[in-house]
Amino acid sequence: MAVMEKMTRASSGGMISGRTMFCHLDAPANAISVCRDATQVVVAGRNIFKIFALEDEGFVERLNLRVGRKPSLNFSCADVMWHQMEENLLATAATNGAVVTWNLGRPCRNKQEQLFTEHKRTVNKVCFHPTEVHMLLSGSQDGYMKCFDLRKKESVSTFSGQSESVRDVQFSMKDYFTFAASFENGNVQLWDIRRPDRYERMFTAHTGPVFCCDWHPEDRGWLATGGRDKMVKVWDMTTNRAKEIFCVQTIASVARVKWRPERKWHLATCSMMVDHNIYVWDVRRPYIPFATFEEHKDVTTGIVWRHQHDPDFLLSGSKDSTLYQHMFKDASRPVDRANPEGLCFGLFGDLAFAAKESLMSGEVGRKPYAGGDRRYPIFFFKKPDVTEQFAQVSSALSVFETAPGGAPMDWFIKTARRYLLSGRPFAELCEHNAKVAKDLNRPQVSTTWTMLRIMFSDPANPSSSSNHNLSKLGNLPLMNSFSMKEMSSALTERNKENRQDNIHNLDSNLNTTEDNEETEGSEGQAEYLFGDAELDDDDLYSMEHENQAAEEAEFSLPQEAFPLRHEIVDHPSAPEPLTEKPESPHVSGSEAEATCLTPMESFSLISVSSSLLFPPHLPPAFFSPVVIAMLRYYAEQGDVQMAVSVLIVLGDRIRREIDELTQEHWYMSYIDLLQRFELWNVSNEVIKLSTCGAISCLNQASTTLHINCSNCKRPMNNRGWICDRCHQCASVCAVCHHVVKGVFVWCQGCSHGGHLTHIMDWLRNSTYCPAACGHQCEYT
Amino acid sequence: MTAVTADPFSSSDPYKICAVCQKVTKNKERGTRVPEPFCSGPSAFIPEEEILEAWLEDPPAELLLADQLDHLTQVMGLHPHYLKAFLRCQFYLLKMDGPLPLHYRHYIAIMAAARHQCWYLVRAHMREFYRRAVCLDWLKGLQFSDQKLQKLNEINKILAHRPWLITKEHIQALVKTGESSWSLAELVHAVVLLAHFHALASFVFGSGINPETPSSISLYCTCDPTGDEEETEFHSFFSTSPENEPEALMETMKRLQEEREREEEEASEEEMFTRFEKEKKESLLVGSGDFDKEVMSFSRVSRFVEDSDFGYKDFARHGEDNPPTFRAQDYSWEDHGFSLVNRLYSDIGHLLEDRFQTACDLTYYNMASHEGVDTSMLRRALFNYVHCMYGIRYDDYDYGEVNQLLERSLKVYIKTVTCYPERTTRRMYDSYWHQFRHSEKVHVNLLLMEARMQAELLYALRAITRYMT
Repeated sequence: MAVMEKMTRASSGGMISGRTMFCHLDAPANAISVCRDATQVVVAGRNIFKIFALEDEGFVERLNLRVGRKPSLNFSCADVMWHQMEENLLATAATNGAVVTWNLGRPCRNKQEQLFTEHKRTVNKVCFHPTEVHMLLSGSQDGYMKCFDLRKKESVSTFSGQSESVRDVQFSMKDYFTFAASFENGNVQLWDIRRPDRYERMFTAHTGPVFCCDWHPEDRGWLATGGRDKMVKVWDMTTNRAKEIFCVQTIASVARVKWRPERKWHLATCSMMVDHNIYVWDVRRPYIPFATFEEHKDVTTGIVWRHQHDPDFLLSGSKDSTLYQHMFKDASRPVDRANPEGLCFGLFGDLAFAAKESLMSGEVGRKPYAGGDRRYPIFFFKKPDVTEQFAQVSSALSVFETAPGGAPMDWFIKTARRYLLSGRPFAELCEHNAKVAKDLNRPQVSTTWTMLRIMFSDPANPSSSSNHNLSKLGNLPLMNSFSMKEMSSALTERNKENRQDNIHNLDSNLNTTEDNEETEGSEGQAEYLFGDAELDDDDLYSMEHENQAAEEAEFSLPQEAFPLRHEIVDHPSAPEPLTEKPESPHVSGSEAEATCLTPMESFSLISVSSSLLFPPHLPPAFFSPVVIAMLRYYAEQGDVQMAVSVLIVLGDRIRREIDELTQEHWYMSYIDLLQRFELWNVSNEVIKLSTCGAISCLNQASTTLHINCSNCKRPMNNRGWICDRCHQCASVCAVCHHVVKGVFVWCQGCSHGGHLTHIMDWLRNSTYCPAACGHQCEYT
Repeated sequence: MTAVTADPFSSSDPYKICAVCQKVTKNKERGTRVPEPFCSGPSAFIPEEEILEAWLEDPPAELLLADQLDHLTQVMGLHPHYLKAFLRCQFYLLKMDGPLPLHYRHYIAIMAAARHQCWYLVRAHMREFYRRAVCLDWLKGLQFSDQKLQKLNEINKILAHRPWLITKEHIQALVKTGESSWSLAELVHAVVLLAHFHALASFVFGSGINPETPSSISLYCTCDPTGDEEETEFHSFFSTSPENEPEALMETMKRLQEEREREEEEASEEEMFTRFEKEKKESLLVGSGDFDKEVMSFSRVSRFVEDSDFGYKDFARHGEDNPPTFRAQDYSWEDHGFSLVNRLYSDIGHLLEDRFQTACDLTYYNMASHEGVDTSMLRRALFNYVHCMYGIRYDDYDYGEVNQLLERSLKVYIKTVTCYPERTTRRMYDSYWHQFRHSEKVHVNLLLMEARMQAELLYALRAITRYMT
């Protein structure tokens, strides 16, 4: 490993030196501990118990404490601690519940000194008193903590955590008599060593087990805890109630936490599962680790700072059977790799963009968007702190809103609300939807609906509806995107001329003769839409740069244009000209009359003339490929609303032709959009009408509604209206005092309510609850 | 809608061929001494009145919502506190948001229950599957189902019968990219479902749950799997069993407790080790060896089972390479299992933990007719004995206790219910703890179920962890 070759010297006072290095152990480690002078480290695990000397060049095995032929569970260590006063003294916690002390000064090979077997379950933690030589504390799975005097054969006092397993015990660094214990149920208790009958204080620190805790080496009131809920919390214990002052969210359950010496705000953590790295956090910067050590290949089980006053050396043992010494300067700094840029789209097309300030400042003068755009620069200022070694990055956040009045997504909401997807005959649905689209200035969508009606309707009774349609069409002054943009007529002229050549080519393809001129016109218009659309927009852009609406038009133009072209080639029934004619200066009155053909009529005209090619009544299946192509086109353009609506309205006519996955995908996208816009009813209707199994089961989940009785406040267990506890009608309307069987509206503040209409009436006149409970109810 | 072959919901044959003794049993012909199973009512082992009584006494209120309770719920309702945790967890597994589509979940339930030929559960989930009304032809059999589910069969059978064999290679095979591969989240969901329904099958057989549609014959054969020749021994046990059984048990517990307190001589490590090994080995002897030739082909669930020969084999066999003992301290539910399962399938960890804890801590402080008894030692013995049979060892447990607390007939029952529940009989159920209440025996079943589920989960999750690292 390349890192290891780097020779380094300790930066602080040259007291200890070393480099990043590691050695292989024979077995996974469970815990490690260093002796006070930082020259030796002990590694303990289920099948290992060894002492290594920390030399400059590497680890050197000094002693194997697992002696004897018989495998003993007393050697199977869950935890180990080296005494910080007495350099020959060690203690281990065994998985079988034994607490063992070891004296390295013993002359024989077996260094075991004392064996305490008072715990009935695995001992999770042992801890020596920081200043008292003979005092040892243990915490066990059986819920007890025991304090041993090493001069005696048994424990001197037992502390009961009330049957919950103890995960960690730590003597306070500063208060002689105090120790903290963390528990599997999420609690942390503070005890006075002289009072074994009752804890001094208890608070809930985490949800789920608290695996570890550590007192701050300098600040007497600070306790760091780490739990299975993936959090590290720092508590201030000096106040009456333990106060959470910092909270760091990690990505995995926290197995160990250790304050970094000489750095007030830093602590190291490692996790119990999945994540193998060791993180050093600055608790004031909880979102990104200050430093990371990524050497281990399996979970890190033990971490310890090599010397109590040296912040640069960290030792770690791991399940991957290695023991590491990490140099702080070799740590990776995630903050350097972090990308301080961010980009996000809002629901209504707003855009938020954050970038390094330095990058942004160059562009401030440029004003990339003017006029309708507003720019909100938001700066997050933090006071630069000299003690904080974090790289200072400040980002500027800009929010770009779409111009007011542009309301780019309005059409989506309105369309979603007004479309009819079921409940009427097919032709009426299409017609209705076509009208909706037309009202919203989406002629192309409208046309699509109309054509769908034509294609799939029963050809027997088209006349009435088409007449009806005709009159409607004639009356409605339909505007298309061009009029919106207030295009100059000059531009139109120019384009018309450009078109001429194309038209002639196309004409030859058409075998309509008498209608030639008319079709030509329509072709022209259509061609204008597609062919030159982009060019026009570019022009527009340069002309009206600040007009946000222009940008919107850019979206809608090609999307409306494209499928038309196909349809014209297949069946030259383009209703598009209709919408153009009123504005076209070249159209005479009679022409206008003629163009007011309904699509239906033009279709029949053409089908007569082209009867050589096609039978007069085409079966709906004939159109399927076209319709499918159309649906796919809409979906690809981002108008998944259209795709799904057509899919639902056409139902079985088209459903089988499109594969399930695609349909599901469309549905999901549309439902997602609807829910973002909080169009719950529409979304539910779509789910209900969908034929995909995966979709329709969406609204079969979470269908339970739990209610409490309004009288006795107990949960209602019965269906029906009578609470079976207090035998009263539970859902009585506060206004009319009758039982509400139907939509019930109630106040979340005072839980009174009643018939929707009654409550609405009541609150129109009064702001207080109709039940006279004095609550000011609000109806929104 | 495609029609499913035959009608799966009714069996017209008046004869039941017992999977164990392979005798055609006509209801009437069987002996007089052995009590007949109850054909109606929720359980074949427990008189209906007893269950109803418990329900009337203390109706678990939430459940009255349901118009018709299935028999399983009724029996489990003897312990309403646990039932709540159980139903919440099962509901979350089957109905709430999760990585797997709903019909997959029921199909996995069918697959899992079919491994133990648990027709009760298979039928229930076939119904649920019908209701989803998708992919109905899957019900024709496993080979008609999705490729993805067929791939799951491998770990299904391993987890059902010999969970210690699961390795990270199995996980790799399922997760590796390609068509019909599993995501880790889906896999964890599936594994929890499998473990849940394997264990639930144990409960169903252990408590003799009757199908809801009343039929004249019971699913539960009255035969004794140990064979007729042992019947005499069986009955001699009856006679020798002391009248004051609960008292004796309490006596033992008291003595053990005192021994603990006195802790005169600590058993040596070796001694502890041999005690564990002894229990492990002894678990081989109880029960009745191999049933390799089990015939399943005629059973109604066989179409959901592939590789039906794969059955339970004892964890520890003489003279064979045993898989290494699973050390509970190295991979525990609280520390490791929970974190992993919750990470990949959010919230399920809490629900499972709730279940485990409720089942383990459940006590009414009474035993048979005695009150104010601390049963924690007995509960722990039951739980750890199941884990012991699966090769999971607790360093801090003295397996000598198991031997003293659990009588042989109970061990036979435990072994049968956890390892091959389909062979459970009324006689086994009746043969232990004569003076105990039925609800206490159901409590035993709950413990067995949860212990088994946890053991399966631990093995599976350990394999997933190893795959991930």
